[in-house]
Amino acid sequence: MKGLKQSLPSIIVIAVVVGIWWAVVVATQSAIFPTPWAVVAGTLELARDGTLWEHIGASLMRVGAGFGLAVALAIPLGLWMGWVHGAFVTLNPLFQILRPISPIAWIPIAILWFGVGNASPIFLIFIASVFPMIVQTTVGVHTIEKRFLRAAENFGVSRTKLFLKVVFPATLPQIIVGMRIGLGVAWLVVVAAEMIALRSGLGYLIIDSRNAGNRYDLVIAGMIIIGLIGLMLDGFMRLLESMKVVRWRYAH
Amino acid sequence: MPTKIPPRIKIQDIRKSFRNDKVRLQVIEGLDFEVNEGEFVAIVGPSGCGKTTLMNIIAGFLAPDSGAVNVNGVVRNGPNRKGIMITQQGSVFPWLTVKQNLLFGLPDEVPNREALADEYAALVGLKGFENNYPHELSGGMLKRVEIARALVVKPEILYMDEPFSALDALMSLRMQNELLRILSIEKHTVMLITHDVEEAIHLADRILVLSPRPARIQASFDVPFAHPRRVSSPEAQALRVAILKELGVTEAV
Repeated sequence: MKGLKQSLPSIIVIAVVVGIWWAVVVATQSAIFPTPWAVVAGTLELARDGTLWEHIGASLMRVGAGFGLAVALAIPLGLWMGWVHGAFVTLNPLFQILRPISPIAWIPIAILWFGVGNASPIFLIFIASVFPMIVQTTVGVHTIEKRFLRAAENFGVSRTKLFLKVVFPATLPQIIVGMRIGLGVAWLVVVAAEMIALRSGLGYLIIDSRNAGNRYDLVIAGMIIIGLIGLMLDGFMRLLESMKVVRWRYAH
Repeated sequence: MPTKIPPRIKIQDIRKSFRNDKVRLQVIEGLDFEVNEGEFVAIVGPSGCGKTTLMNIIAGFLAPDSGAVNVNGVVRNGPNRKGIMITQQGSVFPWLTVKQNLLFGLPDEVPNREALADEYAALVGLKGFENNYPHELSGGMLKRVEIARALVVKPEILYMDEPFSALDALMSLRMQNELLRILSIEKHTVMLITHDVEEAIHLADRILVLSPRPARIQASFDVPFAHPRRVSSPEAQALRVAILKELGVTEAV
């Protein structure tokens, strides 16, 4: 009940936007821009013939692969760079140069190296999400409060225990922040990457719908689905933030 | 005549300075004192006089420029679990439960680690909170966790740097009484740094007054009162006035 009360204003705003959209399309008698109802009808059509699920599945698979690879590399690397000063000063400048390059700029190189199959978008997602996660993890290690490291030193624990019971859990909240950023960027990039080539995915759906007969109802349907799935992915990451072992960092 | 027990801690002519923007700041200049086994020594001094620096040197977190700290007749180089530091900020790990915090310092080969952790949680009055996370506890309970985590590894010395200063006055007093109760069960050597003269009189066997920077020992007072003490007693108040006088504070009595 309280949740409903809180989300009521946002539901109203969305309803108003959809209402204006509908009114404008009707008033201008646009032949090409669809009404909200046309978008819903288009979506149902895609859902019924199954292509919608194929596109969603393809996009999610690519994000899963690229993001998974990025997590597998970024977390160990970030922990290492955070802990070993030499590793940080050696690698950080390179990453700081690579980080601001938009993943879109990598598209020609991705096609050159990996062709137009699945590997290209997976590579692009990897490139897009790996740097923010490396940076956040490194920052996480660097910002471990000294009092905790001192306490560990005081108790004279082994290096393994120091890492497992202090360094990693102390960094975990920042790692999760990095993963949230990384997954957000990954989802942005998969759609962009699928617009270039390939024969599946939500990005492909959008471009293909436009090219194959100006089906703008499907273009907008694709956009809205991308938005909703992005929201869901972020929701999953938020679930990680509510774990008890990391709540200390966010609970203020 | 009994043989003299060697001091637990022997501080020999410690000096320490810090360099800051090419200015050399002498923080500690030639400190000497001893702490006997089982003794509770409080150190009071004006703020910024180098009390915390001194404690960090004694506990082994900081090396002195010259001089030495002997613990049990061995020159101290680096901290270890025979002397546990408890600070104002505290260092209970927020990502571990109360019990996991207590288990943290216990090596795996210690027999009955789990039972030992439970025993010490109960000792400080945290029975029933073993599986809670620190952010679910109050400030006073956090201090109890910290004390239990220190005691469970059976240290010889507790180094307490303003341990209760972040608590409100009532909770601070309550924790002082708790500490005395626990120390009456497990006799530890304790070094306490505090700016609170009444806290020092309440707890300590001996009070050292440090001078303003660079820190030296300016005066030493024995506290001959039996526990439980009443800080409001005339003798204790006279002692308090004497200590405050050393600190340069005179008040109308």
